Amino acid sequence: MPAIELRNVTKKFATADGGTYTAIEDLSLTVEDGQFCAVVGPTGCGKSTTLTLISGLERPSRGEAFVHGEQVRGIDTSTGFVFQQDAVFPWRSVLDNVAAGPVYRGASRSEAAALARDWLRRVGLSGFEDRYPHQLSGGMRKRVALAQSLINQPRVLLMDEPFSALDVQTRAIMSTELLHLWDQTKPAVVFVTHDLEEAIALADKVVVITAGPGTVKAEFEIDLPRPRVVQEIRFDPRFTRLYGQIWEALRAEVAEAYARTTRVAEVAS
Amino acid sequence: MIDTPTQPSVVATPRRDVRGERDDLAGHTRPSARTRARRRRTVLAGARLVIVVVLLVTWQACVNAKVVDPFFWGEPEGVWSTLIDWFTVGTSQGSLGAQIVVTLEEAVLGFVIGSILGVVCGIALGRVRLLSELFAPFLKAANSIPRIILGSIFTVAFGFGIQSKVILAVVLVFFGVFFNAFQGAREVDRNLIANARLLGASRWQVTRNVVLPSAFTWILASLHISFGFALIGALVGEILGANQGLGLLIRSSQNNFDMNGVLAGMVLVAFIALTAEALITLLERRLLRWRPPQTHGGAAVE
Repeated sequence: MPAIELRNVTKKFATADGGTYTAIEDLSLTVEDGQFCAVVGPTGCGKSTTLTLISGLERPSRGEAFVHGEQVRGIDTSTGFVFQQDAVFPWRSVLDNVAAGPVYRGASRSEAAALARDWLRRVGLSGFEDRYPHQLSGGMRKRVALAQSLINQPRVLLMDEPFSALDVQTRAIMSTELLHLWDQTKPAVVFVTHDLEEAIALADKVVVITAGPGTVKAEFEIDLPRPRVVQEIRFDPRFTRLYGQIWEALRAEVAEAYARTTRVAEVAS
Repeated sequence: MIDTPTQPSVVATPRRDVRGERDDLAGHTRPSARTRARRRRTVLAGARLVIVVVLLVTWQACVNAKVVDPFFWGEPEGVWSTLIDWFTVGTSQGSLGAQIVVTLEEAVLGFVIGSILGVVCGIALGRVRLLSELFAPFLKAANSIPRIILGSIFTVAFGFGIQSKVILAVVLVFFGVFFNAFQGAREVDRNLIANARLLGASRWQVTRNVVLPSAFTWILASLHISFGFALIGALVGEILGANQGLGLLIRSSQNNFDMNGVLAGMVLVAFIALTAEALITLLERRLLRWRPPQTHGGAAVE
């Protein structure tokens, strides 16, 4: 039984002018337990929408979403979600942010705090327990978000361009650390990104989505050996070969999405 | 949105890495910058004092030169001697302290009750769509009437005691706080709510742990103005009919054509309002500790 299964899902949104906008159409996706799946595609192709359907934040207009064989009908608290923008609570200290999940799930305050300290150690933030998020750098806030999510030991972890706001070096370091953390609990991961290099470096499987309305264009198995060091893996000749293959599939979609935005710009001007 | 509420004192700014900025300041430029800031503050305070003194002296000089009639406009010397008289001898209605305590009690009670009601109703309507759809027209209508007139009804219905003043203050405070709490509850970052829900929070936990703290920036902004409203409610209530209080003191001074007494009452009220404002700023700093320091409230007034 796969950990995540999307069966022919379509998601339409109502637009402000009374019409409908189709974000994804007839999209099917399977992720096995313990598999790291990266989803790449051009801007506006509905990558993030797939995550909201798996997490239960949105319901599909057509088709079905399953997590561990059960249909998703509402917000599923067994999935972890790392957002693109900061979603840590700015009014809570780092420790209270990470302890939030266990407290909501009924743990006592002291149990939750002990568990949170352990996870802060794992993400390298020991000594920052009493800081507020605004006192941390962008990379550190991402670590808080990771710890906040992983402390609940999710069997499914959804990540929506989590590192896109970070600078290039921090991003590579965070990616390596993410792989290390993932290895400890091995949840099924869906990692949405527009960065193909990041996708290949992290994933077991890369899924290319078409320019919106999004649907799966191609899937690629990434057979690079683990453990991987993200900062160095791009020098591996196999990496370069895979990059060439996947880019071939992605290029047309990116060109199409770009052409559309420029057409829109021309009409607007 | 059913009204345009007071903006928070500082609109949310993008979070920045404050540590980095502090590090830049940590060099040898810091002590001189701090000294300069202190010198600047001293000069500013001095300049303000000069402005006040010049105004008072000009006023008194105009009275002495018979340009301004103190019968209508009062005079600084008269205000001062009235204040001294009230403090040492007492007022026509008993000791000055008792009058201040009565007015303060009415204002504080009205402020606290009105704020709590405003926050509870604002958050509830902000969170539950059906409630806001149901009640929005009523609240809009209630907000558009000049509520101070209700004071006349309250004085007749609840008598000359403290009760009618507290109720008037509650009515005045409620709407300001309500509209801000409502707006604050509507403006909560969707991602924060989604995150809390995925972490396992119940609807009530989301309201308590995400919506309320997030709306606090808005609510606190309204509290600054609301204490002023509470004070107005208490004073107007007393002027309309009371046995005690600063409002009554002002009213009886007016009846005796004692403008110095009216102005002395105003000075006392201003003192109370400024003290309350300082206390609310302290509360704001305490509650909004989590915000980056450069966006702390009250920055405009030092």
